[in-house]
Amino acid sequence: MIELTSITRIFHMGEQSIYALNHIDLEIQDGEYVAIMGPSGSGKSTLLNVIGLLDKPDDGSYRLDGKTVTDLSEAEQAQIRREKIGFVFQSFHLVPRLTAAENIELPLILSGLAAAERKQRVNDTLRAFDLSDRAAHRPSELSGGQRQRVAIARATIMQPTAILADEPTGNLDHQIGVEVIALLENLHQTGTTLIVVTHDRELGDRAHRQLMLRDGKIMTDKKT
Amino acid sequence: MTLADTFFLSFKTVVSYRLRSVLIILAMTLGVAAVVVLTALGDGARKYVVNQFSSIGTNLLVVMPGRAETTGAFPGAVLGQTPRDLTLKDAQLLGRLPQVRRYAPLNVGEAELSASNRLREVTVLGSNAELIPIRHMKLAQGGFLKHGADYSAQIVLGSQLASEFFPLTSAIGQRIRLNERRFLVSGVLAPQGKTMGHNTDEIVIIPVEQAQSLFNTTSLFRILVEAKSHDAIEPAKEAILETLKQSHDGEEDITVITQDAILATFDRILHALTLAVAGIAAISLIVAGILVMNVMLVAVNQRTSEIGLLKAIGAPAADIRFLFFAEAMWLSTAGAAFGFLLGQLGSLMLRLVYPDLPAWAPAWASIAGITVALLTGILASILPANKAARLDAVQALSKK
Repeated sequence: MIELTSITRIFHMGEQSIYALNHIDLEIQDGEYVAIMGPSGSGKSTLLNVIGLLDKPDDGSYRLDGKTVTDLSEAEQAQIRREKIGFVFQSFHLVPRLTAAENIELPLILSGLAAAERKQRVNDTLRAFDLSDRAAHRPSELSGGQRQRVAIARATIMQPTAILADEPTGNLDHQIGVEVIALLENLHQTGTTLIVVTHDRELGDRAHRQLMLRDGKIMTDKKT
Repeated sequence: MTLADTFFLSFKTVVSYRLRSVLIILAMTLGVAAVVVLTALGDGARKYVVNQFSSIGTNLLVVMPGRAETTGAFPGAVLGQTPRDLTLKDAQLLGRLPQVRRYAPLNVGEAELSASNRLREVTVLGSNAELIPIRHMKLAQGGFLKHGADYSAQIVLGSQLASEFFPLTSAIGQRIRLNERRFLVSGVLAPQGKTMGHNTDEIVIIPVEQAQSLFNTTSLFRILVEAKSHDAIEPAKEAILETLKQSHDGEEDITVITQDAILATFDRILHALTLAVAGIAAISLIVAGILVMNVMLVAVNQRTSEIGLLKAIGAPAADIRFLFFAEAMWLSTAGAAFGFLLGQLGSLMLRLVYPDLPAWAPAWASIAGITVALLTGILASILPANKAARLDAVQALSKK
C-alpha cells in the first residue's frame, strides 16, 4: 500500500520557487489501476518519481507497505526500487550496447542472482512476452513496440508489487500503444499495482481510478 | 551486484566502445613500454660499463703521481715545488709488499712505427712482463720479456698492427723501428677490440726502460698493482701509500685509486641515471592516466541516461561507482599488460641490434611501471566514478 501524506516537492528556477507537488495526500491500495493525468507541468511525472523513490520530496511523509521510506538511506531506497517497483518509460531507456535478453537480465544482475537462475528467468520472461526470437538483438534492431515490450519485461522480471509507467505509449503509434497497454493491464490482472502517467484521456479512462493534477495539487480523484 | 558481474558488465562496455578503448590502452601501453625499454637501456649501459671495467683487470690498484687535494691548493706549489715523480724504484718497492701479487710500471706515449716502407703513428706502452696478465691481455703468438731481460729491445704488436706491417709473414722475429730505434718483434696480441675507449689492437708494448729512454724521461705515468685477493685491496692501498710516503721523504704526494671504487662509482652513477630515465618515462604514464580520467568523464556524460536507468531499476550509488572503476581497471590493466610485453619486445630488439648491450629491464622497473599504470588508472577513475554515482536519477533519465 502506498500512503503519501502532505508530500511537497519544490523546484527552484532562479529566484522563483515552483511547487511541483503541493501538499499531496494520497492512498493507493495494492492491486489498484491508477491513471495520473493532467496538463504538462502539473506535477504528474514528479508524483510518479516520488512514488518510485527516484525523487525525494522536500516535505511530507511516504509510507510504503506500512513502512516510512522517506528517510531511508540511498542504498536502502535502491533496494526497494529493485525489489518492489518496476519502471516503464516513454523513451524505453534500453542500454544500446546490450541485447534484449541482457537488458531484461539487468535487474537480476543488480540483485546479485546466480547466472544459471538468471538465464532461466530471462528465458521464461522472453517467452511470456513473445520476445524469444528477438533475444539476441540489440535495441537498435528492434521496433518501437518490441523495445517497449523489452522494457516492460525488464520492469516485471523482479516480480515487483507496483509497475510505474510514465507515458508508456507516448513514443508509439496508436495500434502498438493499445497492445502495450493491454500487456500492462495483463500484469495488473495478476495482482500488480499499476500506475500510469498519461495525458491521453482515452488511456486514462481505461484505469479504475483517475487522478487529475493541476499545479501540483490533486483536483479530482475519481473511481470508476 | 556481484564483483564478477561488475567486471563482466564493464568488460562488455570496454569492448563495445572499441576505438575509444584501443586508444586509451595504446597510450597506457606506450607509457609502460617506455619505462621498460628505457630502464632496459639504462641498466644495460650500466652492466656494459661494469663489465668493461671488470675486464681491464682483477683486484686492480692504480698508482698515480700527484695528490688530489680536497681543500686548498697543493701546499708545495707556493714554494715552487712540484709533486715528486713516480720512478721505477718506487715500482720495485711496491713489488715487495706482501699484499701485492704483481705490479706493472707504465709509460705511455706516441711514436712512429716503421718497417719495410710502411710507417704509422702508434700508442706505445712501456712496461714489464706482468702488464699482460694484470691487464687481462692475451698474446696470440710469442711472448714478452719471458726471461726477465728487461733491457732487451723487444716489442709486442697489437693484432691489427701485426697484420698491417707483416700481412704475408709471421711477425715474430721480424725487425721493426720505433722512432729510429730497432726492436725485435717478440709477440703479437690476440685481437680484443676496444675496451674503455682504447683499441688494444693498435698499440705496441715495449720494456719500460726502453720507453723511458725513447721518451727521454725518468718518471712513470702510472704503476698498476694487482692485490693478492679482493680482501687485500684496502690493506694494499694503505701499504702503497705508506711505502711511497717513506720513499718520498714523508710527503704523501701520490694517489691510489682502486678498480673497485671506480666500479662502484660508475655503478652508482649509471644506476641513478636509469632511475632518472625511468622517472621521465613514468611521466608519460601519468599523462596516460589523465587521458583515462578525461575519457571516463566523457563516458559519464555520454551514458548519463543509462546511469539514470540503472538507478531506476535499483542500482545503489556504490554499484555505479564500482562499474566505472572496473571499466578504468580493465583499460589500465590491459595497457599495463600490453606495455610490459611491448617493452620486453623492445628490449629484445635492442639486444639483437646491440649484442654487446645486456639490455634487460630490471625487475623493479617492470613492477614499478605496471604498478604506476594501475595506480594512475585507479586514481583517474575516482573522480568520474563519483560523478556518475552522484548523478540525480530523475535528471539523468530525462537526458537524451
